[in-house]
Amino acid sequence: MNKREKWLGYVFIAPNLIGIIVFMVIPCLFAILLCFAEWNHMAGLSEIKFVGLDNFMRMWKDETFIKSLKNNLMYTTLGVPLAVAISLIVSVILNDKVFAKKTLRAMFFIPYITNGVAVAFVWMLLLEPNRGPLNSFLKSIGIDNPPMWLASTKWAVPALIIIYIWSHIGFNTIIYLANLQNISRDYYEAAEVDGARTWHKFVYITCPLLTPSTFFLLVTGIIGSFKVFGIVVALTQGGPGNSTFVLGYYIYVTAFRYYDMGYASAMSWVLFIMIFIVTFIQWQGQKRWVHY
Amino acid sequence: MQTKLAQSFRKPGTEWRVPWPFIRSRFVKFVVTLIMLMIAVEMILPFVWMVSTSFKKASDVFNYPVEWIPSTVDFKHHLKVWTGRDSFVTYYLNSLKVTIIPVLIATLLGSLAAYGFAKMSFKGRDVIFLLYISMMMVPPQILFVPKFILFDWMGIYNTHWALIFPQCFSIFGVFLMRQFFLTIPDELIQAAKVDGAGHFYIWWRIILPLAKPVLASFVILDFTWNWNDYENPLIFLANQKLYTIPLGLNKFVLEENIDYNGMMAAATAAILPIIAVFLLGQRYVVEGVANAGIKG
Repeated sequence: MNKREKWLGYVFIAPNLIGIIVFMVIPCLFAILLCFAEWNHMAGLSEIKFVGLDNFMRMWKDETFIKSLKNNLMYTTLGVPLAVAISLIVSVILNDKVFAKKTLRAMFFIPYITNGVAVAFVWMLLLEPNRGPLNSFLKSIGIDNPPMWLASTKWAVPALIIIYIWSHIGFNTIIYLANLQNISRDYYEAAEVDGARTWHKFVYITCPLLTPSTFFLLVTGIIGSFKVFGIVVALTQGGPGNSTFVLGYYIYVTAFRYYDMGYASAMSWVLFIMIFIVTFIQWQGQKRWVHY
Repeated sequence: MQTKLAQSFRKPGTEWRVPWPFIRSRFVKFVVTLIMLMIAVEMILPFVWMVSTSFKKASDVFNYPVEWIPSTVDFKHHLKVWTGRDSFVTYYLNSLKVTIIPVLIATLLGSLAAYGFAKMSFKGRDVIFLLYISMMMVPPQILFVPKFILFDWMGIYNTHWALIFPQCFSIFGVFLMRQFFLTIPDELIQAAKVDGAGHFYIWWRIILPLAKPVLASFVILDFTWNWNDYENPLIFLANQKLYTIPLGLNKFVLEENIDYNGMMAAATAAILPIIAVFLLGQRYVVEGVANAGIKG
């Protein structure tokens, strides 16, 4: 390795690196600074006032913050595992137990590529509490008091979770199908010689060999679902009441409606630290259950 | 396939006979297909409802049983969406602009950086890469406020540049392409060097042609994300002439609050072309996503 090459390496990464530094690293560092400040950006940089840990103390007394946190946890802990589990079953069935596999796969995938906002508006009408198609259907099969969905404080978050699952099954299924292609038939043939039933093959061969995909889907799914934002803006604006507030949305409202930049930054760092801890724990835990 | 089928139908020395297990396995497969088809139809039913509602009269929207094929067909709502002052034509042009430019630049700069990280050695390389990985976890919410201030200071707030510039630099792209480049044997590069090729030549003429599948994966995913991005335009655009499709749709819905047919016509305008493109290039999209999942 000569001297020139060492220098050339920086030339290769520089164009990308400079952009990342300007648009991500510096903003990130600036956000840390803001965590400890009280500031309305309209007033200009000279009006920054440092308030120590006040922003963090404020959070634990802030009802909307607590509610947002709970909703985030509920959304992630229900939505992600359910979507992954359903996709696992769907992909195993689609892999070799059906005709027209590609057509079916495409149908499952379509919700994932479609625009979240457009999808939100379609669901808004589908879930219309009094006359919407879903509730009309539920009434027609004998459920007299179907959930009020987005109009009810109790059912709004479950409705968001249903939409999450619906839109992510396709993506997860494709990842699983790709992994299934790589599993050698030999395992199954050997198991059949030993008299294994379908169920045993699923539990003792398919599931363990799919754990790399399961791990990937859980990690990326949890990171992604913690950041949920767009669907809430389009569909509920946090309502009814504060029942569908999530951190992503609350941060946005705090920053761009209340112009409370310091508090918004502090909350966004809490969100980041939570994502980081959860990801770190999963990373550490993977040795116990992921078979590469 | 054909010979296998024939063999299972006819054993040598026997008369033609259809073996029972063969029929049974086909029948089971057929039933499973039907069940899966029903579930799959369920997945796209919201879109079917959307399209059919966009053609209905206002009074027919919530008729039950659902009229999948509207009894009266009305193009009024689609006309309203596609024509007029700020129509979906403008939104489509805006979306194309803020999607295609960054995707191309991000692919180019990303592959350059990925080559640097994967195939060259220099001081601090691994530390910088670690910085990249940790940046992947940063939620976009952290960056909203600082980016807003930065763009204001740069004078690009409320312009398309506020969307284009940051999207030109993808961390995920570097990560994905680096993973792929690592699987390309170093001997290939050594051999090219012996022939007198420089790193730029190797990157452009040897590595990139080999990396077509992963480039396609990245282009498809990055395109989808930029195209569907709602948060950045929402925060960094104020001028309605600059709106991208998601924002235009949002504006339309806010203005036409109770016009459900209009809402669905607008949603159709936003969704249907993408579904069409997807169906045309289905194979590439699916393989692209699958590749990213395995390599990433």
